[in-house]
Amino acid sequence: MSTMTFGRAINAGLRRAMDNDPKVVLMGEDIGKLGGVFRITDGLQKDFGPHRVLDSPLAEAGIMGTAVGMAYRGYRPVVEIQFDGFIYPAFDQIVCQVAKLHYRTQGAVKMPITIRVPFGGGIGSPEHHSESPEAYFTHTSGLRVVSVSNPQDAYTMIQQAIASDDPVLYFEPKRRYHVKGEVDEAADPASSDMGAARVVTEGTDVTLVTYGPLVPTARDAAVAASDDGTSIEVIDLRSLAPIDFATVEASVRKTGRLVVTHEAAQSGGLGAEIAASITERCFDYLEHAPVRITGFDIPYPYSKLEFHHLPDLDRILDGVDRVMRRPNSLSGLEGAPTPQGAAQ
Amino acid sequence: MSTATNEGRGRRMGGAAGGTPSTAAHALLPSPEPVQLVDPEGHPHPDDRYPLPDGDRLLGAYGRLIAGRRINDQANALVRQGRLAVYPSSHGQEACQVAAAVVLGDEDWLFPTYRDTVAVITRGVDPLEVLTLLRGDWHAGYDPHEHRVATQATPLATQLLHAVGVAHAAKLRGESTVVLAMCGDGATSEGDFHEALNFAAVFHVPVVFFVQNNEFAISVPLKNQTVAPSLAHKAIGYGMPGERVDGNDLAALLAVLGAAVDRARDGGGPSLVEAHTYRMQAHTNADDATRYRSADDVERWVLKDPILRMRTYLKTLDLLTEESEQAFAADADATAAVIRKGLNTEVEVNPTELFEYVYTEKTSQLREQAALLREELARDADAAAAGTDGSMEGDQR
Repeated sequence: MSTMTFGRAINAGLRRAMDNDPKVVLMGEDIGKLGGVFRITDGLQKDFGPHRVLDSPLAEAGIMGTAVGMAYRGYRPVVEIQFDGFIYPAFDQIVCQVAKLHYRTQGAVKMPITIRVPFGGGIGSPEHHSESPEAYFTHTSGLRVVSVSNPQDAYTMIQQAIASDDPVLYFEPKRRYHVKGEVDEAADPASSDMGAARVVTEGTDVTLVTYGPLVPTARDAAVAASDDGTSIEVIDLRSLAPIDFATVEASVRKTGRLVVTHEAAQSGGLGAEIAASITERCFDYLEHAPVRITGFDIPYPYSKLEFHHLPDLDRILDGVDRVMRRPNSLSGLEGAPTPQGAAQ
Repeated sequence: MSTATNEGRGRRMGGAAGGTPSTAAHALLPSPEPVQLVDPEGHPHPDDRYPLPDGDRLLGAYGRLIAGRRINDQANALVRQGRLAVYPSSHGQEACQVAAAVVLGDEDWLFPTYRDTVAVITRGVDPLEVLTLLRGDWHAGYDPHEHRVATQATPLATQLLHAVGVAHAAKLRGESTVVLAMCGDGATSEGDFHEALNFAAVFHVPVVFFVQNNEFAISVPLKNQTVAPSLAHKAIGYGMPGERVDGNDLAALLAVLGAAVDRARDGGGPSLVEAHTYRMQAHTNADDATRYRSADDVERWVLKDPILRMRTYLKTLDLLTEESEQAFAADADATAAVIRKGLNTEVEVNPTELFEYVYTEKTSQLREQAALLREELARDADAAAAGTDGSMEGDQR
């Protein structure tokens, strides 16, 4: 075990994947000498050479399309998208090519491409540097989408993503890059499954589902709620496509209440998918309709106001109050769900 | 602006009036006129830079030209008979199709578009596997690794970047592979075209970008795509050489594309070749070309047909005999017969195959959805066995 930052854990995972497989090649903007704008690839070009850590021209579709060609020939490209908001020029290559080539060729061409995306807000950046675009990709068949929430998962799951024969989008919560944690570098990535959700804290009253940057916030909310006597089970989804519904279902059957929280906007987001699926599968177990605590349906705001947009501990606990039918911020609003006592 | 005006600008840029570009930069510019080695009347048109390919090579390629035309005609007929969903024909462009395939060696890769069916078949892929896409039996019917031919790209220019990646992989692996990537004039407006050329040049990888300029992107003429002196002139902007070639002259295509492939194989890096040709038929059977061009326009290109001039040329040299003509025709007929027979045979499609290959392993969501479809199929089968309509039964529930 060693203590390292989130960012360092990804770096260590990349290094181990490159050590283990000469076909692993890193591509991106400024990832060489600079080590990336977040220094995630720090030192890798020096140690593995410019052919394995490639500073590409500044064009995301170009990087992604070139990675597709390399995958055709047996390489495992790991592409760094500099910021979430810069992934869109590569969108066509990702959804029309990366996601579909295996299907198009009846399995003859595999696309073992890992696309690393620093995502989410909370770092005080200008526009295009704080977005949460994961739902665009979870809606696309053929892509696996994961998001990591702690250094150990960051270390293990980057290796699992690279080892996957399917394309994987690997969303890194950039505001947690400097968080430190214990990492077991001897952990064998093959001994666990990046597709499995993880129960972070066990509880009996409410299931709180989240991923990426909000996992620590959700854990804090669970601690705060326990002071009021409410027992929250926090689930870190880890895999956003496919979603490990079995773990979420088992929890909701126990608690009867579901809150989903993410930074991304609400409409058409992952929270909607999870709420709908769990309602379909666990309707008879639910004590209250699932509640979503998400970013607002607005373009990502300027940095001085971003903390009004991002779900925080208080807003998550307000969601918990709603599913617990306690007075909450929506009480008294027309059409709001009725608090406990008024119901039935 | 007419094509003639575009060419006029090209001549001026290449001449002294265009300033005094460095010799190195100047060498990247294409010929002022498309390279032609055999004119439309079948007469040789010598060019110091590009020797005429030898007789055997031309004769062999001519045989493929005859087969290519026959494939286009046969596929069109099968569309009319409802056996193919759609067929974007390369009628008139067969010299480009054949040349693109035959200039490559076994270790090379070809990246074709939807209109390049003849090139793919000429490269050696089973015609029925190639037509799987246009028949609607699957999105691609062949394994790209088998003949080193990528799937036929439907979006424009996306495949050019994949070609760069394959070439980059070859460079990393120390292989002598050359990649020939095809696109049309319309595709040169796409961002991926620009990024592919730039990446290929910066990475200095062995790709030949081959643009078939057939003057139309469905209905929109070239002048609405670009005001560059020619498409080949775009190459200099990326620091690679561009060349223009008569796209209906098989000899010139073999010479120019062959030189570009040799150059790439020898470590010279990428280049761009623009072939001036013409789409003799509508974009597809769903298109109505009379809405955007006249019969006279098309008629002018009939005289430039790639088969006519090569036949005249080869006969003049006594290279093409009665026997070889008959043999080529018989060979083309045999290919057409294979296509006809194959497409007139019903193929059993398996609905549950829809869920295969989405991922390398089915997700639990896909397993559930596959089970739902299997259930529906079983109900339909039961209803069919009982002599009732399964879907009606479903509606009544």
